Amino acid sequence: MREIMVLAEHRMGEMRDITHEMLAKGRELAEAQGDILVAMLLGSGVEGFAEELAPFADRVLVVESPELENFNSEAYQEVLKLVIRERKPRITLIGHTSYGIDLAPALAIDIGAPLASDCIDLMIEDGGVRVTRQIYGGKINVEAILKEAEHHIVTVRPATFEPGEPGPRGNIERLEPPATLGPGRKAFLDYVEPPPGEVDISEAEIIVSIGRGIKDEKNLPLITGLADALKGEVGCSRPIVDKYWLPKERQVGSSGKTVRPKLYLAAGISGSFQHVMGMKASGFIVAINKDPKAPIFRIADYGVVDDLFKVVPALTQKINELRQSGG
Amino acid sequence: MDIIVCVKQTPDTSEADLAIDKTGRNIKTAGLVLEINEWDEYAVEEALLLRERLGGSVTAVTMGPEGADAVLRRCLAKGADMAIWLKDEAFEGSDAHAIARILHAAIKDQPFDLVMVGTQASDLGESVVGVYLAGLLGVPHASMVKAVDVMDEKVRVNRELEGGLEESVELLMPAVLTVQTGINEPRYVSIMGIRKARRKEVKVLGLEDIGLTPQDVGEEGSWMRVERMYRPPVEKEPEILSGSPDEVASKLVEAFRARGLI
Repeated sequence: MREIMVLAEHRMGEMRDITHEMLAKGRELAEAQGDILVAMLLGSGVEGFAEELAPFADRVLVVESPELENFNSEAYQEVLKLVIRERKPRITLIGHTSYGIDLAPALAIDIGAPLASDCIDLMIEDGGVRVTRQIYGGKINVEAILKEAEHHIVTVRPATFEPGEPGPRGNIERLEPPATLGPGRKAFLDYVEPPPGEVDISEAEIIVSIGRGIKDEKNLPLITGLADALKGEVGCSRPIVDKYWLPKERQVGSSGKTVRPKLYLAAGISGSFQHVMGMKASGFIVAINKDPKAPIFRIADYGVVDDLFKVVPALTQKINELRQSGG
Repeated sequence: MDIIVCVKQTPDTSEADLAIDKTGRNIKTAGLVLEINEWDEYAVEEALLLRERLGGSVTAVTMGPEGADAVLRRCLAKGADMAIWLKDEAFEGSDAHAIARILHAAIKDQPFDLVMVGTQASDLGESVVGVYLAGLLGVPHASMVKAVDVMDEKVRVNRELEGGLEESVELLMPAVLTVQTGINEPRYVSIMGIRKARRKEVKVLGLEDIGLTPQDVGEEGSWMRVERMYRPPVEKEPEILSGSPDEVASKLVEAFRARGLI
């Protein structure tokens, strides 16, 4: 029997959701192949995590070292390449997260394992791996096959698979850290917390969010006007913060805030998965976008396929009229 | 400070209605506007800022077919010193891994302190080429970089994590950095810059020039083979509101009132 390996991801004493999402998918793959599901846990002082993962895997492999206290792609790579060479798992799943993006491609080169990144689905076929991923900002899906090899690596898009239910408790096995593990050419120094903002939009009940479609900084009053009329907060997608038009504290998405207001109105936002991850749990989602194929419509409750420069002013006026008439 | 910056030409598909071609394995690119990949624009800017602070040179490299040199001209106009265009029919059909091998073959004998690339490309969005390249070059790397500070033989960077958090990481140079959007404000191309760029040379290198064989590149040298492309299935059909902006606004107001939102 071969192993299906899932790399556990954790940070600052917390297990990341992606770990359980990958273990659920890994369980499915292992059952289809008659393989053993292995959770691979690297860290320092992580007995608690090993116990937490045991009901979700057939085996938990633990490598502990002070060098692994915080994520460092170089140290992780050093450990994983030896473990993979020795145990020859069929496949290794790694999160398509900031950590996975830093680790997986270099590990793939190191051990000569074909890699597919940011996958939303995968299955194992004779000797190979078939994956599904999204391209062009989520407008097109691609099905691809990874070259035949002894081992493959797939990075998995977060929030794609549902976490699984606990089952029989798997064995916890400890592996010695490699003797070569030590300070290398890459050092983790510290975490850098975001500066405290003036507003916390994750507390807002109504968010009016703007994306690339606003075209110019001078058009922002259009959106603040609507947010004011609705007594809500202004949010935005990444490009608006990248251009310094709005502060980072208003960015919704995986690298910004996760919000779940009663109303999320997205104007001129295409809906990349990074943005959607930050807002899909909202109560009522309205999307205004000129492009009927924009991915944002796939998660919206109400859609308006039109120019935000026409719809937003009309909507603001209607709400203000209503408020003035005491309605 | 010698910096190599790798750039890619990508189609602007943000508002385009994409169609899949007859083979079912590609999109139709006719009619799409080609531009420099957005992430690479920030990588170029960061490289130029470092050179302006520390001296040295910036070399822009791209791999692409006829017309792809437009992105190199853009880099030269912004102030890059040299440009290399990796162009060969054999390169067509290369996946990210084959592209990384081509870039590696082209730059491995060049002196550099830093290689900078965009964290991802707007078309395929794999976020792998830069870190593959680091692996092939055998140098340390940091991906998703939001701040760069060079100190003697080391470079200290901030990496973007999730939820607004960042981490500070230190690397020994030479190193590869993959640059995140928002790290700087990319400069515009000036008329003066375009004029100056005309006098700069774009070096064109093919398969043999970089010492690779047809087996190393194209579909044969690739790890991933595209089987088919299709439109993502719709999981949840939204209720589409139609009519004039006024009519749509009235319908939205009704929907908001019905839900007690206003």
